[in-house]
Amino acid sequence: MSLPALLVVSAALFGVGVYGALSQQTFVMIMMGLELMLSGAMLAAVALWAAATGGNPKGQLLTVVAMTVMAVEAAMGFALVIGIYRIRRADMTEKIKRLRG
Amino acid sequence: MSQGPLADVAFWVFGLAAVVAGWLVFRTDSMVRAAYWLFASFVAVGFIMVLLGARFLGLVLVLMMAGEMTIMAVFMVMFMMNPAGLNPMTMVHQHRTAIVAGVVAFAGLAGVGLVADFPDRPVAASAEPTAELGRELLGDSMLVFETAGVTLLATMIGAIALAAKRGRFGDATTGSAAPELDPAPPPEAEEGTGHDHHHGAGGGKEAGS
Repeated sequence: MSLPALLVVSAALFGVGVYGALSQQTFVMIMMGLELMLSGAMLAAVALWAAATGGNPKGQLLTVVAMTVMAVEAAMGFALVIGIYRIRRADMTEKIKRLRG
Repeated sequence: MSQGPLADVAFWVFGLAAVVAGWLVFRTDSMVRAAYWLFASFVAVGFIMVLLGARFLGLVLVLMMAGEMTIMAVFMVMFMMNPAGLNPMTMVHQHRTAIVAGVVAFAGLAGVGLVADFPDRPVAASAEPTAELGRELLGDSMLVFETAGVTLLATMIGAIALAAKRGRFGDATTGSAAPELDPAPPPEAEEGTGHDHHHGAGGGKEAGS
């Protein structure tokens, strides 16, 4: 369990997330891609904390901040999907031609 | 950080599981299954964090994602077409660009991870990471912690405001375009009220000027 191996795994998670966020048409699937990217970032932060900082707790703090970002992203994403669905009956990006409500 | 061959095997199993489950999120026809594949990926990442010594963070991640993925699965059933994946389907756009972007992102980040020279200072075996994190959160970094808390509060208020059915000035859909994909076109009455509302507002403005 070396640091490069950990960083490669987190890079793979991030890459899959980039693919998902760019290719999916459904709003919730795009959110899943974003969360995979954040999970890769968190894994990289924890790996660097464990292997390269000598256990400085600020490394863990960075991961706590990333988790907050993930919670904010999920909550706002769900709220926006509900709002768009209520007005346009749309669940896919292609069905939103205009953003003006 | 746990050492030894057993920890290595566990890391490779969980690492592979995390990436493969993440990949299956976008390969499965069923959106509910996609939510649970994403949960599996997060569980694997959480276990790797536990292996690395960040026990608190790993388990908080699993706990948080268990709740979020349940909401996501319910959400899929409520809103999305074909949530159970009874018909095979692919719903993607700009597929080639997305694949290239994903591969480039992976290659770039993995290259940095393999080439860069990081300091070799592992966590001491005697360290207590959870206790240290607790002292940090309620000590030097309390401002960060509190800011995260206030941000989450603001998010809750914002999410409620965005998702509320009624706003301060009436129905949330007032003044919006008619739904494009409603199977039954809205009845005349609804159109009429929309126009009345519009004329009323315009008339008021003219009268005012």
